[in-house]
Amino acid sequence: MAKKIYETPMLDELENGPWPSFISGIKKLRDDHPEERIQEVTSSLLGQLEHSYETRKGYWKGGTVSVFGYGGGIIPRFSEVGSAFPESKEFHTIRVQPPAGNHYSTAMLRQLGDSWEKWGSGLQTFHGQTGNIMFIGTTTEGTQHFFDDINSYGWDLGGAGPCVRTAMSCIGAARCEMSCTNEHGLHRHLVNNFTDDVHRPALPYKFKFKVSGCPNDCQNAIERADFAVIGTWRDEMKIDQEEVKAFVAAKGRQYVIDNVTTRCPTNAITLNDDDTITVDNHNCVRCMHCLNVMPKALHPGDDHGVTILIGGKRTLKIGDLMGTVVVPFKKLETEEDYEEIVEMAEEIIDFWAENGLEHERCGEMIERIGLVNFLEGVDFDLDLDPNMVSNPRQSSYIRMDGWDEEAEKWFNRKAEAAA
Amino acid sequence: MSDKPRSPIESGCPDAFQYMHPTMRRNYGQWKFHEHPKPGVLRHVAYSGEEIWTVRCGTQRILDVFTLRKLCDIGDEYADGFIHFTIRSNVEYIVDDAAKVDPLIKAIEDAGFIVGGTKNSVAMISHTQGWLHCDIPGTDASGVVKSMMDELINEFRENNMPNRVHITTSCCQINCGGQGDIAINIQHTKPPKINHDLVSNVCERPSVVARCPVAAIRPAMVNGKPSLEVDEKKCICCGACFPPCPPMQINDAEHSKLAVWVGGNHSNARGKPTFQKLVAAGIPNNPPRWPEANAIVKRILQAYKDDAKDWERINDWIERIGWPRFFEKTGLPFTKYHIDNWRGARNSLNASTHIRF
Repeated sequence: MAKKIYETPMLDELENGPWPSFISGIKKLRDDHPEERIQEVTSSLLGQLEHSYETRKGYWKGGTVSVFGYGGGIIPRFSEVGSAFPESKEFHTIRVQPPAGNHYSTAMLRQLGDSWEKWGSGLQTFHGQTGNIMFIGTTTEGTQHFFDDINSYGWDLGGAGPCVRTAMSCIGAARCEMSCTNEHGLHRHLVNNFTDDVHRPALPYKFKFKVSGCPNDCQNAIERADFAVIGTWRDEMKIDQEEVKAFVAAKGRQYVIDNVTTRCPTNAITLNDDDTITVDNHNCVRCMHCLNVMPKALHPGDDHGVTILIGGKRTLKIGDLMGTVVVPFKKLETEEDYEEIVEMAEEIIDFWAENGLEHERCGEMIERIGLVNFLEGVDFDLDLDPNMVSNPRQSSYIRMDGWDEEAEKWFNRKAEAAA
Repeated sequence: MSDKPRSPIESGCPDAFQYMHPTMRRNYGQWKFHEHPKPGVLRHVAYSGEEIWTVRCGTQRILDVFTLRKLCDIGDEYADGFIHFTIRSNVEYIVDDAAKVDPLIKAIEDAGFIVGGTKNSVAMISHTQGWLHCDIPGTDASGVVKSMMDELINEFRENNMPNRVHITTSCCQINCGGQGDIAINIQHTKPPKINHDLVSNVCERPSVVARCPVAAIRPAMVNGKPSLEVDEKKCICCGACFPPCPPMQINDAEHSKLAVWVGGNHSNARGKPTFQKLVAAGIPNNPPRWPEANAIVKRILQAYKDDAKDWERINDWIERIGWPRFFEKTGLPFTKYHIDNWRGARNSLNASTHIRF
């Protein structure tokens, strides 16, 4: 039976222009793929997509599809216009967790592509916004076959629904000199501790881990993660004064003043008369700007650790929230350090699972109950620290009859730290 | 009788070291500095003295298996057999020898991919699934991005911007595309149209009521059937009720518009991270090429390129010149809709005499 070809005048417009065209790619599957099934599915998909372009509406609805043993990881899609476009009426996406940092050998990409060609549409994306490899378009039956296939050679599903989601980390220590932590190691330690919570959605809503190796936060962790880990350092920035001089010689003093010293948010960097620089490390907030401008001359210090911020998310339901500091600095070197951070994550998720409302992100719960109730409620020692706030309280409407005990706790903690 | 189902191996996130270029593996955590020899190319040098060269290129992101294999062929023939994907879905080839860079660039370009996207360029637009696959989209994603990248291709290839520009698109107000220096997002302008015949069968009504950010939804009997009704005076047309209750259709061919937001910045560099702010709305959702949205994005980019200082991201630039000047320079109208009224809105008002003349 010859496949049906739909007219796609609007989509055809997207084959013009110099940027690579996803429409040309789908058409190639329709026209040139040796397998009739893929030709038919992609032809039908193009038909439905053209219909969306003409009517400015989407026609996919969700449903319930999973693989044996799991409750999530598949984005089910059933067409609402399946009678008009029958070959793609079931078109589920399979979310697969990428390797930490998104590295692939071509051999592995080919193997994944071959498996998907066997059971799915032949369309895939590296990666979706939650960080998964998205294998786009298969039937309920194909879902199980494809999963069985790739799971046997080392790949697992990601999160979908109210669960711990696939984690993300920047390229970090694999290539970047700004990296202050083992992003990939922590990424895997964290998310792989929660595989049960990834595969069997049972939380109030989604929970995301993201790890960035430095405060440039290329992974958008503070904006987008419930649990953001950002690499940083607490000793002195490393300065190669010869490279500083070379930079000044190449760019000129004016450039350095305009683009380095005056851009420092805490005025912590000075250009000296001899074309070296001095950094006030106590007042440097590790913003990264000067390191970004002068990557040969300036480097993070050696006493690495991480800052942990909790509660980042986008609009729904109460508005955008950035993650906020819960742990200003934590060393991350020994096995115990990693175990501690995993334990902290467990306790935070437990507390939120217990106290979060349905469809309430962790940050929204904190907004509702207040940071102090969160810190005190979580079954993990989260020491109060002025780094948690931009400024102390403005409102006098607070009952403070526990002041003396709280002050004593502070002094005791200080004494312990000094001991 | 069917075979016994296979139990999954819950292996989770795979170890990346097995798929990492060996030079990166050997120098993990030991990198000293990087340089940017030309657009699309990065050179990283390790303390060991070893170095790697990265060539970044843009693709159509929705990859058919032929294109995936083409990318692998380039990797096998001209790179060292490894591919790294950036978080904005660019492909990066990594080689250990400067001599491999130019032949690699030629192979990438001959195959139709676009080298660039590094440093102070307009980076690849991060986007979502749209009409191709999402269940709640107000617009397409890949098509919008294709149209925009066709026009911004030189800004991707070159480094003419004051600092990097991250553009994002999102097909509903959930904003899966994320924060961006410039974000183009669907903004609905009319309350949902409710199919009362379906609500009681399809929707868990109390969760739908709870989902509404302004408590505008309440249970109601309509034509003798349990359904939901919307107080249209309270409704902010956000679409939050639509995912849990598809009979509350929010998408509208005419009234679902595009809005443009600017100044979202993930980085802690200079200032603290920032969220994007509304600058333009009421833009037609106009497939297949979205010319009106494109024109506004290009206008903002031009103003930024002309006026911002080196290293200023869009949020830094606006912070320096002030919002009145931003609206003046871009020619965009300032309306009552720009003044926030959501929780915390008072913090966005000007409680000072800091006014530029």
